[in-house]
Amino acid sequence: MTEALWLTLELATVSTLWLLVLGTPLAWWLARRRTLASTFIESVVALPLVLPPTVLGFYLLIAFAPQSAFGQAWEAVTGYRLAFSFSALVIGSVLYSLPFVVQPLQAAFRQVPESLLEAAATLGAGPFDRWRSVVLPLCRPSFLAAASLGFAHTVGEFGVVLMIGGNIPGETQVLSIALYDRVEALDFAAAHQLAAGLVLFSLVTLFLLYRSSGRWSVRT
Amino acid sequence: MSEIGLKLALRRGEFSLAIDTVLPAGSVTGVYGVSGSGKTSLLSCIAGLAHAHAGSDIRIGDERLEGNGQWLAPEERDVAYVFQDARLFPHLDVAGNLEFALSRRHRDGPGLTEVSDWLGISDMLARRSSQLSRGQQQRVAIARALLSGPRLVLMDEPLANIDSAGRRDILARLARIRRELDVPMIYVSHDMAELAELADHLLVLDDGQLVAEGPLLELSSRLELALSHQEQAAAVVRAKVAEHDADYELSRLQFEGQPLWVSHLDLPPGTPLRLRLPARDISLCLEQPGQTSILNLLPARIADIETCGGSRVLVQLKVGEQFLLARITRKSVDTLGLAVGDEVFAQVKSVALLNDSLDD
Repeated sequence: MTEALWLTLELATVSTLWLLVLGTPLAWWLARRRTLASTFIESVVALPLVLPPTVLGFYLLIAFAPQSAFGQAWEAVTGYRLAFSFSALVIGSVLYSLPFVVQPLQAAFRQVPESLLEAAATLGAGPFDRWRSVVLPLCRPSFLAAASLGFAHTVGEFGVVLMIGGNIPGETQVLSIALYDRVEALDFAAAHQLAAGLVLFSLVTLFLLYRSSGRWSVRT
Repeated sequence: MSEIGLKLALRRGEFSLAIDTVLPAGSVTGVYGVSGSGKTSLLSCIAGLAHAHAGSDIRIGDERLEGNGQWLAPEERDVAYVFQDARLFPHLDVAGNLEFALSRRHRDGPGLTEVSDWLGISDMLARRSSQLSRGQQQRVAIARALLSGPRLVLMDEPLANIDSAGRRDILARLARIRRELDVPMIYVSHDMAELAELADHLLVLDDGQLVAEGPLLELSSRLELALSHQEQAAAVVRAKVAEHDADYELSRLQFEGQPLWVSHLDLPPGTPLRLRLPARDISLCLEQPGQTSILNLLPARIADIETCGGSRVLVQLKVGEQFLLARITRKSVDTLGLAVGDEVFAQVKSVALLNDSLDD
């Protein structure tokens, strides 16, 4: 059970980092451009909000299969199989939680007045400098909100993991899967422990994140 | 200091802007025009915030900002911009805003202490922009612009939305800055009174076109320009402090060899001054009036008369080498039989003193 807890934490942490790395430039691009292409990408990013997780999981399962082009390319580059690995879970989680990170960031970036960026430019700040010294500090509360949503959503994920990760203890068996496993085995005592633990853990995580993001928004 | 070459064209829907001129070296250039005349578009092009059309050529001395296939980004131009809204960074305090400019400049310039002193903001460095009044915010914005090490400062109606006490304060500070700092400035406004305080050179824009340009003192009294047809039309002239009358608490100014009395000035004799004489406060008499409460009576010659439609007439008067404007009724012109070339006496009811030492 502790194993499942640590695995869940690891998955959520790694996924959140990737979500921020990939989601930030994507959200910036979506916030600043309004073209047919950007609207299409915006729709694709939002798909996990409406689709059952099993749909995404199904397509990922096919893509990650050792005989698929993506699966083979992955194995050639990294030297290990993607199917039923921790990396597969990370990829699945990142895709599944992407809208939860991109949307708050995109909304925050839209709020940054162009006039401040113009002022920064006339004061000698180039594009990246403007982003780092004006956009980033102004959007700090939204980064915390995006990260907490991405993290919490990954912790609560079930369907995608079930489809692509299987149920390998220490490798892909996260808390939600372990709970499902115990219920299937009619081990309700252990299921109670896991369910209550998950509720407590999520509540504490959200409480801490909201408290710190609240502090930030008061400061700025 | 070097002259500034401006040649640019811009088209946005119905509106088009076309400018081709050279601003004299070492001057503050005022850009006058009603709203929508293209003043802000002009500044945006100079700052690189808007793309002028191909064929534009903007240079400071020999250094090209754009033209000849070259286009510098705003951050590479060393052109500071004071916007109508102060645009302070809300996540930084005043010191942080100033430091933002200071840490990115690549040219020598005045230091933080000096500039803070010029703008009177030394005691608000730890405050955030939300804790400052509009006027204070604009003072910080001006300080920030000056600290960026600019080779040209653009000001876009910096005193709009500021109360009149704040405006007077900032204008006096800008007049001092222009004496202390050897950087050319382009100052945009729809208020001639404001421009008369600061500018030596004037561009008049109308619907994106340059309709007049030249020394401000000359343009301010030209009859054919829209400037002289406004309610607050006024001639801007040069004078010198001559002497003080402590008893009556008055000061005598010397204007083209004629005395001009104003309330006591705390300036030594010989100090050059710029004065603004509103057209509606000047009346004309054919003979020197015997008894009148008006102190200032200037012999003048009528240089031009223009009927502006309706009951009123604008008269351009020549006193020595300078010009005044008088707005009188058409009826008065006919009753007195005024004509170009006539010698008259101009009764001056009010004299507005502009900032000192502009014209030395």
